[in-house]
Amino acid sequence: MLRRRLNRLCGGDEKRVDSRTIYVGHRPCPDTEAFIPSKFCDNRIVSSKYTVWNFLPKNLFEQFRRIANFYFLIIFLVQVIVDTPTSPVTSGLPLFFVITVTAIKQGYEDWLRHKADNEVNKYPVTVLEDGRSVKKESEKIKVGDVVEVVEDETFPCDLILLQSSREDGTCFVTTASLDGESNHKTHYTVPDTEKDLQALTAAIECEQPQPDLYKFVGRMHIYKPEQEPAVRSLGPENLLLKGATLKNTKKIYGVAVYSGMETKMALNYQGKSQKRSAVEKSINGFLLVYLCILISKAIVCTTLKYVWQSKEGQDEPWYNQKTQKEKDTNMYLKMFTDFLSFMVLFNFIIPVSMYVTVEMQKFLGSFFITWDKDFFDPEIQEGALVNTSDLNEELGQVEYVFTDKTGTLTQNNMEFIECCIDGFQYKHRDTRSELDGFTVTDGPVNKLQQKAGREKEELFLRALCLCHTVQVKEAGSEVLTDQVDGIDGMIHQPEEERGFIASSPDEIALVKGAMRYGFTYLGLESKSMKIRNRQNDIEEYKLLHVLNFDPVRRRMSVIVQTSLGETLLFCKGADSSIFPRVRPEEVDRIRMHVERNATEGYRTLCVAYKQLSAEEYAVADTGLREARLALQDREEKLMAMYNQVETGMSLIGATAVEDRLQEEAAETMEALQGAGMKVWVLTGDKMETAKSTCYACRLFQRGTELLELTVRTLEDGSSKREEKLLELLGDYHKKAVQDAPPVKAGVTRSWSTANQDYGFIIDGATLTLVMNPPRDADASLYRSLFLQICQNCTAVLCCRMAPLQKAQIVKMVKNSKGSPITLSIGDGANDVSMILEAHVGIGIKGKEGRQAVRNSDYAIPKLKHLKKLLLAHGHLYYVRIAHLVQYFFYKNLCFILPQFLYQFFCGYSQQPLYDAAYLTMYNICFTSMPILAYSLLEQHISIEILLDNAALYREIANNATLRWRPFLYWTVLGIFQGLLFFFGVRCLFSNPALQDNGQVFGNWSYGTIVFTVLVFTVTLKLALDTRHWTWINHFVIWGSLAFYVFFSFFWGGIIWPFLKQQRLYFVFANMLSSVSAWLVIIILILLSLLPEILLVVLRKPRGLHSRQKKPGQSNVGDNQSSQSSARPLLMRTFSDESNSVI
Amino acid sequence: MKNEGEGSERPDNTAFTQQRLPAWQPILSAGIVIPGFLIIGLAFIGIGIGLFLTSQTIQVWEMDYTGVEKDSPCVRCTIQSSQNCTCDVTFSLSELFTGPVFFYYGLSNYYQNFRKYGVSKDYYQLTGDTQYFKSPQDVCSPYKYDSQNNPIVPCGAIANSMFNDTFELYQIINGTTKKQVPLDGKGISWWTDYNIKYRNPSSVNGSFANAFEGTVKPINWPKAVYELDPVDQNNNGFLNQDFLVWMRRSALPQFRKLYRRITEGDYAAGLPAGNYSLTVHYNYPVLSFDGRKKVVFSNVSWMGGKNDFLGIAYLVVGSLCVVMSVVMLIVYAKFKFSDDDDA
Repeated sequence: MLRRRLNRLCGGDEKRVDSRTIYVGHRPCPDTEAFIPSKFCDNRIVSSKYTVWNFLPKNLFEQFRRIANFYFLIIFLVQVIVDTPTSPVTSGLPLFFVITVTAIKQGYEDWLRHKADNEVNKYPVTVLEDGRSVKKESEKIKVGDVVEVVEDETFPCDLILLQSSREDGTCFVTTASLDGESNHKTHYTVPDTEKDLQALTAAIECEQPQPDLYKFVGRMHIYKPEQEPAVRSLGPENLLLKGATLKNTKKIYGVAVYSGMETKMALNYQGKSQKRSAVEKSINGFLLVYLCILISKAIVCTTLKYVWQSKEGQDEPWYNQKTQKEKDTNMYLKMFTDFLSFMVLFNFIIPVSMYVTVEMQKFLGSFFITWDKDFFDPEIQEGALVNTSDLNEELGQVEYVFTDKTGTLTQNNMEFIECCIDGFQYKHRDTRSELDGFTVTDGPVNKLQQKAGREKEELFLRALCLCHTVQVKEAGSEVLTDQVDGIDGMIHQPEEERGFIASSPDEIALVKGAMRYGFTYLGLESKSMKIRNRQNDIEEYKLLHVLNFDPVRRRMSVIVQTSLGETLLFCKGADSSIFPRVRPEEVDRIRMHVERNATEGYRTLCVAYKQLSAEEYAVADTGLREARLALQDREEKLMAMYNQVETGMSLIGATAVEDRLQEEAAETMEALQGAGMKVWVLTGDKMETAKSTCYACRLFQRGTELLELTVRTLEDGSSKREEKLLELLGDYHKKAVQDAPPVKAGVTRSWSTANQDYGFIIDGATLTLVMNPPRDADASLYRSLFLQICQNCTAVLCCRMAPLQKAQIVKMVKNSKGSPITLSIGDGANDVSMILEAHVGIGIKGKEGRQAVRNSDYAIPKLKHLKKLLLAHGHLYYVRIAHLVQYFFYKNLCFILPQFLYQFFCGYSQQPLYDAAYLTMYNICFTSMPILAYSLLEQHISIEILLDNAALYREIANNATLRWRPFLYWTVLGIFQGLLFFFGVRCLFSNPALQDNGQVFGNWSYGTIVFTVLVFTVTLKLALDTRHWTWINHFVIWGSLAFYVFFSFFWGGIIWPFLKQQRLYFVFANMLSSVSAWLVIIILILLSLLPEILLVVLRKPRGLHSRQKKPGQSNVGDNQSSQSSARPLLMRTFSDESNSVI
Repeated sequence: MKNEGEGSERPDNTAFTQQRLPAWQPILSAGIVIPGFLIIGLAFIGIGIGLFLTSQTIQVWEMDYTGVEKDSPCVRCTIQSSQNCTCDVTFSLSELFTGPVFFYYGLSNYYQNFRKYGVSKDYYQLTGDTQYFKSPQDVCSPYKYDSQNNPIVPCGAIANSMFNDTFELYQIINGTTKKQVPLDGKGISWWTDYNIKYRNPSSVNGSFANAFEGTVKPINWPKAVYELDPVDQNNNGFLNQDFLVWMRRSALPQFRKLYRRITEGDYAAGLPAGNYSLTVHYNYPVLSFDGRKKVVFSNVSWMGGKNDFLGIAYLVVGSLCVVMSVVMLIVYAKFKFSDDDDA
């Protein structure tokens, strides 16, 4: 969609080329023969969908693409064209209403987008033109313009940084509005550009626009008179993105490379994913049933009509002769138009207003999530965020929860705990009491009491101080606290005067750890890193290369030159990525520590170094530079180079950083499990760490038997990996699936009551093996075994997962039998794929940037909020919307059924029972508001009880109130009431002299009595279902009834000049003057509601019971199941349809 | 749908936003429902008895005069194709038929609720808008113009098919003398129909008939609309009460409509016991569509005409409620209290 617009905007021809060439300041460069200014799109951002001119046609077109709207349009057209019983107004008005409401909503949203667009597009910017600064509107910027940006301004387009007011040619930028990371990022000018931009003649060659925010490859050719053109590589560090804000820098100049819709921000702008909730699927199913009912009704009536007419004198009695035209019409055509007429007559059975009500309910309902103050986190001053309101009810249906570990289960608030140098353990006990901060503690290593050599210690600490990308916060800046994505990090400690900024909290923890041991990182100044050592001397290191961290390599390195001229490479990374690259004998001494730390739930990193000889460095240097300049496959080349450089290192130590559990993580997990959800932890972390986190979160408990399927277990023994895998899968399957007690039909979700809990652990490598076994034939077998095992385990831990593998797992579960509803929760960029994959994606407003939040459906500040989001909000939303849907179908069924039955008494002539006004208003006015209020406010169980009793969540599991049985119940109820309404009044009308003055009632009185009973019954039925009567409910329910009475008086009290027939004139008032009419209305309402009241009463004991349950003795499933079997038979009737009362 | 974040603003802490509005949470507990049912049941039984007894006191005499059966007095009118056929129906009342007596005619298998039939009238004509006299609305077809293309007033199927049997009631005194029972034709249609909804056109040159110049009477009518009641101008034209009664369409194919009331003279207190003779001017054909005609004499109560249904329904529902309350009492005694012990 966006691409298409892009093509239109920018002309297609340019697309064919892989790269674009931009002339800085539009100045032609010497070696290009002809200066052809290539055409790029202008800098206008268009996020709006409509313009004033195309709004109406385009919006209407989009709305009528919805099947329901289209259906009603067809009905409307049939009414206009064919002679039908009801006027086109009856279906046209509701359709118009629905279309208008939706159009207004969409128009308003688009107006907001227009406003936002204009704000951006009309923003004044300064452009350098022929040495003068010219003020322009932002949308006038062309690619190649040199743009000036001052502090705290946002960049108007994607710029290559040419000049900065800072001496070192850097500038600082926050990308808060792009990815939410509010930390300052450093960007660099292109080296060797002229100070005088006017004299700069350069051409930039760069790739065509692409949406990845963190990727950019380009090359700049700088032409100087009398010199060979110089070539400089351009990377993301030179690119300033539109939408980012300049910080800490007075002024910069940059040349525009991507503009308007081609900027990375615009390319990243995309509509929310189209996730559809299961409720919607149910609605469509029900709709189909009702469509079948509608068509069969029409067919029955048409058939009976012709059967009936075939009898002598019935077709055309003398008092009702046909016109000549009617006589001439073809019999089959007549049948067809009759069929259409019946369709029109009964079409109200398909509730036109349901879609708009459902949409309104979702839209308004989602505000309760954003408003909830329990979701407000004082630390980040934010509450929950709702990105889509389409999935509210899905929150009440979750069966599988996939959670990330770091930042989600844990706080991602790192604290340096201990380190191990050369096999000796150093534990940081209490910084304030120790002079040098070094303490030796007990541990399993026997050489504990000795310290490692001083040299080793200092080398290790220098490595910690140098091997990172941390920035020191500018002196003089107001806050001297650690900043990680704008969140105040640790507690202030007196000796920590410095603030650090880093993209990962681990790095800050490590730098601070080193600081406690006496080595303080002072900052980076013109490519040299300064540290203060224990002797308070300043050491300086020249930073030669940074080999950035990436999740595939799982390590990072720096190459520095000491003041003595030595070249050193420091590398830190995950044990698995370091150990193969160091000498094996060193590994053994440290591995033990690493593993022990990992089991304690700490994050471990290993630190290694190597000394580079001058030759070695020269090779590495050229290699790295070349790779950086490459335009194609730069990533791959860099990766290969990194791997080449980071070899043959020697291990000097390991660190352990604690990542504390999130607040109430364990309680939340317990609640989720109690609610019948299966929690899977998907993490990239190593098994031991993850396992300990799982224990800490009580996902695994002491009694839990762990089934492990990891590289370690596979390599046990002599057999081949594949065989072992199959063997283990078979074993576990036998244990967890076959030997488990057979699940009883009634208590499907009370698996946790089974005697033995199983926990399952799998790692990434093994998962790959399971998903893509060497022989394709096994794939489905492996998968199904794996899935079955997992489904019978209380908790599953998947460690060492790549982001894509996380999504793979979610997808596998999502598509498994019964298509369970899945929920993914995560906070980092690596969770985005699984957040997008799951039915419901939840982002945590954590410390790893905002990408997860941006891609999520709901975002919450903390993990603990998940409990309320699911157990309270989700549960309520589900019950509300389920009731809304069922009620809508029900009320339309008993609305139209009498009209159908009336056909049997009027010679199948399509005579409507109700007046057109009633037909039109029924769904719009008389019965729409109470259900809307109900579906927004109902709390059939109060929020506190829902939170205390996680098991209540299970009662609505598996779409419980929207399955076919409850649907059947509602349908039967609708039919029962419809029959009652019609035949009750029919019996009354066996003598139509109902007034005490002997006068008789006609057909409109008949319809009005039925309609009055109908309106009162469906409204009171809702009143009966309402458990939570706020003043709004009172107002709306009684108000609706009063409005109906008022409207009827009003409608019948005046001769309406625009009506051709005054059919209802005084009908309602006359009806009320008849005692018999009153009596029949009362008894019919009571009789229709009687079964409902009985059900409520007979179900009551159970409801009382669960209400009385004390908070605290919560959640576990066994009392639940015993209770359900202990219930007396009588009271179990319809208990599965329980939607109104628990 | 996007609710752009509340940003850094703390959400409003109001009862509404926090879903903590004070709420009444009614629990239909046994303590309310059982006595409630009992009270409702008893009340309904009371009403039911009242209704039933009232309905029983209403006297009804009805008689099918279509003439299908061979011994029916009107049988010759069905054979005879001649107009102005009259037949006499005699009957006797054994006791006083309490007044005021309402005189209905009834039709069955007659579909006044046909859709096309129902819309076949011109409301503007009937409000006296002479503009529509010249060109009636299309819905009146095929009763819009006659064969000479003259507009019909009142047009349409309903008006055209107006019931035109007339009745005279005589009391037979001493076996021979016939004393006519006065029939009151006023007040048989809805007050609003007579006074507001239907209007006659104003007279032209002092003659009411002139207002209808250029129009013809409905095909089936023996005389024009302005001649419906030549005696009483207030009962003439569109305001003729018989016409108004007919124009209010019946709900079901079997219906009755009010014809006259017996309120005057010697019969104000009712029809005394004795023999009566009803003279029927048999004009209205129903046999072609297998219809039936009947006459009904009935008196009414506060609930209208005789209708046993309501009384019986109230009795049944009332007893049902009482039974339910008893059943519930038993169920609760058995289960609820034992449930409480568990808790």
